[in-house]
Formats: sequence, C-alpha cells, structure tokens
Amino acid sequence: MKLKKWFVAVPLTLALALGVAACGEDSSDAGTGNGGGAVAGEIAGAGASSQEAAMNAWIAAFQDANPDSTISYDPVGSGGGREQFIAGGTSFGGTDSAMDETELADVAERCAPGEYIEIPAYISPIAVAYNVDGIEDLNLSPSTLARIFDAKITKWNDPAIAKENPDAELPDTDIVVVHRSDESGTTENFVDYLSQAAPQDWPHEVDGNWPTKGGEAANGTSGVISAINAGSGTIGYADLSQVGDLKTVNVKVGDEYVAPTAEAAGKIFEASKRIPGQGEYVFAYDLDRTAAADGLYPISLVSYEMACTTYDSADEAALVKAFYEYIISEEGQQAAATTAGSAPIPESLREQITPAVEAIQAK
Amino acid sequence: MSGSEARRRPGDRAFHGLATGAGVLILVVLAGVAGFLVSEALPAITAPVADLPDGESLTRYVWPLVFGTVLSSAIAIILAVPMAIAVALFTSHLAPRPISMSVSYVTDLLAAIPSIIYGIWGIAVLGPASVPVTQWLADHFGFIPLFEGPASTTGRTMLVAGMVLALMILPIISAVAREVFNQTPKGLQESALALGATRWEMIRMVVLPFGRSAVVAGSMLGLGRALGETMAVTIILSVSGVVTFDLISSENPSTIAANIALQFPESSGLDVNVLIATGLVLFAITLAVNMAARTIIGRREVARGR
Repeated sequence: MKLKKWFVAVPLTLALALGVAACGEDSSDAGTGNGGGAVAGEIAGAGASSQEAAMNAWIAAFQDANPDSTISYDPVGSGGGREQFIAGGTSFGGTDSAMDETELADVAERCAPGEYIEIPAYISPIAVAYNVDGIEDLNLSPSTLARIFDAKITKWNDPAIAKENPDAELPDTDIVVVHRSDESGTTENFVDYLSQAAPQDWPHEVDGNWPTKGGEAANGTSGVISAINAGSGTIGYADLSQVGDLKTVNVKVGDEYVAPTAEAAGKIFEASKRIPGQGEYVFAYDLDRTAAADGLYPISLVSYEMACTTYDSADEAALVKAFYEYIISEEGQQAAATTAGSAPIPESLREQITPAVEAIQAK
Repeated sequence: MSGSEARRRPGDRAFHGLATGAGVLILVVLAGVAGFLVSEALPAITAPVADLPDGESLTRYVWPLVFGTVLSSAIAIILAVPMAIAVALFTSHLAPRPISMSVSYVTDLLAAIPSIIYGIWGIAVLGPASVPVTQWLADHFGFIPLFEGPASTTGRTMLVAGMVLALMILPIISAVAREVFNQTPKGLQESALALGATRWEMIRMVVLPFGRSAVVAGSMLGLGRALGETMAVTIILSVSGVVTFDLISSENPSTIAANIALQFPESSGLDVNVLIATGLVLFAITLAVNMAARTIIGRREVARGR
C-alpha cells in the first residue's frame, strides 16, 4: 500500500516541478531586458562571505531572467576570493577589502591585455546592538564607544555614558562586550571606525581579528546576536539586517546622533575619496568615517566586486557584463536590500561605476 | 601439509588479501594525512617571525590553543569517566535486564547526536542554566583559581564546553566498559560472593580490576574525540586567546580544532599554513595520548601475566 502511494506521488511531484519550471521559463522571456539581453553560459565566482546572501539573491534573479545562464558563487572569504581571481580560477569575485599594490600588480597580469575592475556594490551598515534592561535609547560618541569596547568603561552607569544620555535611567550593571571570535570583515570595518573616529581611545591595530583579549567572543554574526540576547548588560556589533529586535546605538557624527539605516550608510560615499592612480576602473575607497556630513552613519562594511575588462570568450564576457549590470542596477540593489538588508548604492556612485561595467568585452 | 593446502583456497586468499589491504590502506591514509600536515605546515614553521599573524612566534601562537585543548579535554575526561563507569556498572551488574537494555540503548544513542546539536544545546540550554550556578561559585569559591570569575552572563564558558564534551564522550567510554564488565568471568564473581563479599565489594575486587584496561582504552578513545571536537566547542566557547584556569569567565583560551574552524574561512596565504601547523600539533598530541594509553594497557597486561 505504501509503495503504491509512492508510485503515484513521485510522478506527480515530477509533473508539478516540470510544470512550475515551464511557467518560470515562460514568464522570464518577457523579462530578459533585465540583464541587457539574453545571455548564456556558465561562470563561477568566489570571495567574501559577507556578500553571500546578496549574491544568492542576485544570482537567483539573474538566472530567472536568463534561464540559459548558470552562475555560482563560492563564499570562501575575501582573501581566498582575491587569490582565486588573480590565479584565473574564477571569472568574477567579491572582496571586503580592496587589493593592495602587490595584488594589483598580479591582477594586471591576469586581466591583460584588459584592465582590472573593482567596484563597490555592496554596502552593509554595521549596527552596535545592546541588551540592557531599562535603556530604550542610547546615544554614544566614538570616544565613549571605543572606551566601552576597550573595557575602559565597565559599568553602564559610567559618567561618560550618563553625560550623553541625560534622560536615560542607567543601571549599575557590568558592561559585557561581545565581539566576533572568527576573522571577519565586520570586525575589520568596525575596528577601522573606532581607530579613525577615536584614535586616542582606540590604540589597537585594524585587523579582521578582534584585537583585545577581553570581552565575550562569539562565532559568526548569528553567534554575536545570540550572545547579546542571552546575556544581560551586553553590547556588540553586527550587520544591521541581522540585529532583529535588539536595540541599536545612535552614533555621534559631528554634533548629532545618527541611527543606523541603509540610507544613512550609503552617504559614506559622498564623504569618502576614491583612492587615485590605481587604474581607470578600480574604484577602491578610503572610507572616511570621521566626516560630519549630514545624516551620515559612519560604520558600514563596503564590499567590492572584481572583474576584468576582457575575457577569453565572448560568452564569458557577455555573462559577467550582464550580471554586473544587473548587480549595480537599481533593481539589483533593491533585491539585495530586501534579502540581505544592505544599503542600495547611491545614484552618484552608480553613475561613476557604470562605465567600468560597460567596458567589459571579449578579447 | 593440510595448512598449505588450505592457504591455497581462493576464499582464504581473497580474505587474506582484503584484510591485508585494509590494514595497509589505513597506514597509507594516515601517512598521507601526516605528510600533508607536515608539508603544509613547513612554510609556517620556516617563515620569519615577522611574517606570521600578529608578528608572534609560532610557539606563542600555538601555546594558548594547546592549553585550551588540553584543559577542555581534561574537564571532559574528569567528568565523564566516573559517570561512564557508573553507567556501565549499572547496566552490566545492577539493573534488571529490561531496564539495563533500555539504558544502554539510550546511552548509545547519545553518540549518534551530531556535535552541532550538542553545541546549540550548549548555548541555548546548558549555558544559560549554568549562569546562576557559576555566579554562586564565583561569589563563594572565588578564592579557588578555577572559579575566580567574573562569571559570564551568557554561560559560554570553559566549564560548559567541558560539560558538553563530557556528555559527548560518555557513550564511547561506557560502551567499551560495559562490554568488558559483562565478560567478567562468572566463576570469579560467584566465588567472591560465596566468600561473603557484598555486591559492592565484589565489583570493587573482581569486576573493576578485570575491566581496568578497557576503561583506560575507552577513556583514551573518548579523550581523542574530546581533543579533536570542533563544532560544539566553536559554538559554545567564548574565546579570547588568554591562558587561564578560570573556568567560568567569558575569557577563555580557544582549542586548536575550534580555532581552525573559526579562522580558516577568511584566511589565505601563510595564515593557512599557520593553521595547518596547529593541526599538526593536535595530531602530535593525539598520537602521544594514544601511545601513552597503549603503554598503560600493555604494562597492566604484562603485570597480570597475560
């Protein structure tokens, strides 16, 4: 009896799946305009795990619109992504940090006779989240924040915190700092912010590993969030999209306190300078986290996409180009914002980086 | 004559070949792993100190990890061995048959739970539950270095990691011990009882000595698992690279396996070699533990004239 049921169920499921797939193809024909014409083929990329959720959304939407294309992204990490791209193992890649000079020299060889392309297409605000009974709203200056994370301020009712939050009822509990135990771009960007905005109070080196020995360490963004939730008097940093119900700190920029939002994070490009002289299509930014621009939220992770202007085969070039066109399009950025909680890139930046993507061609 | 004839039978030859092949294959795989570890670790060992992560020498990088690995495994063994012996004795000698069957079945089931589930259980249930206890320990026994505190408010401590590890290795030790306790010669047991020994005295004088080497062997198997356990420790432990005997604070040394799991995804170049070099150290520790166990078992067997 059981077997019989299976015999009916399997073909039925198959038929349903095929039907759905067929529908998908039908509807996508109309939408091929998405990626600049139907493209076909297979490309592989690898790199930053921070982009994984956004990349999955991009790939899913792009493959929907271009059913003959197959794109894969292996979230091996930024370093591995750069290594594989330079070695020519991947057609594209993502990285949290721009290539350094040695890498740029190596990648020039890989992309020859074309040029190397590096464009920022993924901005993720990093929120400072906390879990303290009785504190609904918390304003902190970079200096206070740095001293909290450096274990120089250890009580929630410390005068430094009280001064910035005159209306809050601060409890007399210990501050438990939660940080990442794995090496991470989130840590690197957060520490970079502290060392830029509060150099006196943050003496540590900028690195993907948490620099001090103190505090509570947790594995991955989810680990940090669950540790903040589980403890009391906890404070930590994580991608804004992942903080859930936790309350977040308003960070002092200039004279005002700015809450973390996607929009406020995108403004960092207005304040920051592109590193000059690295190549026509290399849009590496020296993020200026001290700028007092109006409504700018200074703590965010910026991740880059890597490509070459020329590829051996026409198919590969067309595919990378169409895929990147989609990624930087308003639609693509919105898709990432919905799934990954990233901040869409500002229009001014899109205008600057579009020529880079347009330059991709076959040898 | 008949022996050489038997050897020529195809079934025997096939079996002989298969068994030898399996034995050799294990050696080859092990040599392959060791070779891989050594060759990949070499660049890190020979690299100038300045190139290594944080500009620290390899020994200084590995030392806290070795300490953490040994400490967490020691806690696990100290907690698990007495309990495993008790469980094994209960199922082999004390419980009525139906209960004994179901208890051993459930104990064996513990071994089938994936370590990531143990890890999640550790941070979601055991960790938070440990907070009031460790708080109390820090308040009243803070003078003992083990409970110096300040107690973690999330419970992601070395103590909890060790307890979870103990639970994970418990089924291995108790299964080995149970099998051997069950084989204690009936004659010896009955003689002891006939001479007027109580059941406890009989167990102490007959069963335990008989099963001693099995308990040691089982413990070493368990210790091997605890040393190499990755996922559960990675999830539970709040690591900060310090070297401390304080079991209940949120600052703990990491373990070698957990550190590799945490750092590998974002590592490249020499950093990977450094991680593999720590793996080589773990390999050496495990090897040393196994050899020590063999020596202990061997010595006992010689002493008892077997």
